[in-house]
Amino acid sequence: MAYVQDTAHHPRSFWTQYVWSQDHKVIAVQYACTAITVGLVGLVLSNLMRLQLGFPGQFAFINAERYYQFVTMHGMIMVIYLLTALFLGGFGNYLIPLMVGARDMVFPYLNMLSFWVYLLSVLVLMASFFVPGGPTGAGWTLYPPQAILPGTPGHDWGIITMLVSLLIFIVATTMGGLNYVTTVLQARCEGMTLLRMPLSVWGIFVATILALLAFPALFVSGVMMMLDKTLGTSFFMPALVSMGQVSGHKGGSPLLFQHLFWFFGHPEVYIVALPAFGVVSDLISVHARKAIFGYRMMVWAIVVIGGLSFIVWAHHMFVSGMNPWFGFFFATSTLIIAVPTAIKVYNWVLTLWRGDIHLTVPMLFTLAFILTFLAGGLTGLFLGNVSVDIPLSGTYFVVAHFHMVMGVAPLLVVFGGIYHWFPKVTGRMLDDRIGKLHFWITFIGTYLIYFPMHYLGVLGMPRRYYNFDGYQFIPASAQTLNTFITVVALVVGAAQLLFIFNLAWSTFRGRQAPPNPWRAASLEWQTPATPPPHGNWGPQLPVVYRWAYAYSVPDAPQDFITQNAPPEAGGQELEPHGNPGRTKGAVT
Amino acid sequence: MNTTVAPSLGSWPPDRRAASTGTGLWVFMGVATALFSLFILAYAMRMSGGDWSPIAMPWQLWLSTALLVASSALLQRAGAAARGGRWAVARAQLWAGGACALAFVGGQLWVWQILQAAQVMPVGNPAASFFYLLTAMHGLHVIGGLVGWGSTVRGARHAASPAFAWRIALCARYWHFLLAVWGGLFAALVWLTPETVRWICGTG
Repeated sequence: MAYVQDTAHHPRSFWTQYVWSQDHKVIAVQYACTAITVGLVGLVLSNLMRLQLGFPGQFAFINAERYYQFVTMHGMIMVIYLLTALFLGGFGNYLIPLMVGARDMVFPYLNMLSFWVYLLSVLVLMASFFVPGGPTGAGWTLYPPQAILPGTPGHDWGIITMLVSLLIFIVATTMGGLNYVTTVLQARCEGMTLLRMPLSVWGIFVATILALLAFPALFVSGVMMMLDKTLGTSFFMPALVSMGQVSGHKGGSPLLFQHLFWFFGHPEVYIVALPAFGVVSDLISVHARKAIFGYRMMVWAIVVIGGLSFIVWAHHMFVSGMNPWFGFFFATSTLIIAVPTAIKVYNWVLTLWRGDIHLTVPMLFTLAFILTFLAGGLTGLFLGNVSVDIPLSGTYFVVAHFHMVMGVAPLLVVFGGIYHWFPKVTGRMLDDRIGKLHFWITFIGTYLIYFPMHYLGVLGMPRRYYNFDGYQFIPASAQTLNTFITVVALVVGAAQLLFIFNLAWSTFRGRQAPPNPWRAASLEWQTPATPPPHGNWGPQLPVVYRWAYAYSVPDAPQDFITQNAPPEAGGQELEPHGNPGRTKGAVT
Repeated sequence: MNTTVAPSLGSWPPDRRAASTGTGLWVFMGVATALFSLFILAYAMRMSGGDWSPIAMPWQLWLSTALLVASSALLQRAGAAARGGRWAVARAQLWAGGACALAFVGGQLWVWQILQAAQVMPVGNPAASFFYLLTAMHGLHVIGGLVGWGSTVRGARHAASPAFAWRIALCARYWHFLLAVWGGLFAALVWLTPETVRWICGTG
């Protein structure tokens, strides 16, 4: 009876199977394809920016206005419409039900709506390229008053379409988030206790909670800025003279916007990072054939990082000025967050220690993530201190830091995750040689791009500048380095076409994948069919008897024991558990 | 108020799907709580501006509040009646609860009309801007709730099942939440002053 109910939205036509689908796997692919497509737009914009910086004045169509529009749209696209959507909408949708042994998300119709509303937000955002004045060039933080004043590119229609798109995106994220959280809490199969869930699910689960609590701050600031722009209210807009004209605003507080924006903006870093942490933990364990080191510690680290991420936001505002005690508080809380984060890095390294490491493409991306996240995280310790942040805040040091820690690092996980789960999604393997070529160009290339930027930052090279003519303190060699960075950025950008080609070609022509090509223990690899059909599990839901990390168990017949293998197969979690046999999960 | 479970209704929530809907509603209420908390914080922070001029609250707001209290109470009683198997009473109270909520929305619009007639416009005075914004956001949540209430009512004609009782209980839960949010907003609008905020922040 339950099976019949659960599959009540079984697709009966092409349209309900692939377009208006309520199946979490199809929705995940829809999310991923849309996010990757819009991400390619963001990538092109970054290359256009680099063309101006590397070869100033050589490309007449990149004027100052367009440069700022490219910067703004690149930032917003990459952070929100690519990474957030891909990790939560793509990975979250695909992995949560399969990893917790559910047939689907608990609210399939809402899940379908979530994707279509997300697509609408993307279309509105893309429409801003075509409105009068073009997209907003206010910077991805959209700070008032400049965001809506003449003089800023796209101050008219551009900022309105951006705000409308963000508000629509938040609605989509809320719809999806309700599903992810409720599915984890209510739809786990028998035996799948919370502390048996793979860390990927933990990362996505906590990140979703962050998104549900942080995006309202962006919503509040977006609505209020929209009213300042359209009705002429003064929530954020102070009295000022703009372009020789007295504006109608008075008394508004730009600082209030900054507080609201960063109350969203900092958790946003972890909305992207926590799923990456989870996925990396699982990939390391599978490809090093070892149980993750300190599973419970890893879970608690995810939860603690999530909690702390709500009390560090003002470290983005040190240069805005604040009471020194607040500066002290936010610097301290920022440094404290390094503790659970460092625990995770240590545990990844300890998992690798004496592991049977297979240098597969997913593992290469995983190892690269650890290095990149470490490098980006360490410069975060610099910037978390008020006295160091203030001189560096306006320089390329910050650009290098945040690109390493929340641009490149999570994208490496995205790639690793896609190479890892592609066989489950399509039933075919991605091409290994193209994958390795893609990896090495991306990994080395991104280091060649962002490592030198730290030096440019220490030299005092300011970020956000369209060109650097006439700045005596910037040596000529800095321009040489900028040209070099641009050339590498173009190569890395072009190399992503290898990835796109690999995806497209392997989907139809790739080698047939066995049901469990990585010999993984977690539940998503144990479906009766690959790719899993609608309903995932056939008539009988799985029953789980152990955690997802039973690798290299002594005396076991093979080097992994699946989560749903009978209890007598052994491999129960090392850390104490209430009941090693069937323990409570959701009702089947 | 009879809150005992009729033996025929079995476990509560009646099934896994119902339990999921209940959890989903709790999660949504958490999101909405974050949203309104942030609005109130923004309201309090903006008060320190020199252009802040408090507005007088029309007495009709108390009428609106009474309607929302009545709505919440009626839906609570409808839920209890449904759990007790008294379906006719449950349907009547469900209808009455929704009608009161609709009247609440009407009452809020009436307040807007009165303020506009008194030249208290959304633009110019930030206190007025916030009043319109906060009441609009809350009103939208009430209207969203009425959509859910409407779908419950639509199935009410023939329904006499645990699932129907559960849906009424969820409506009641959401209405209590709407009432709590309105209570917080109304209290902030009436009693929160720049002096209070300065006192709370230790800057007064």
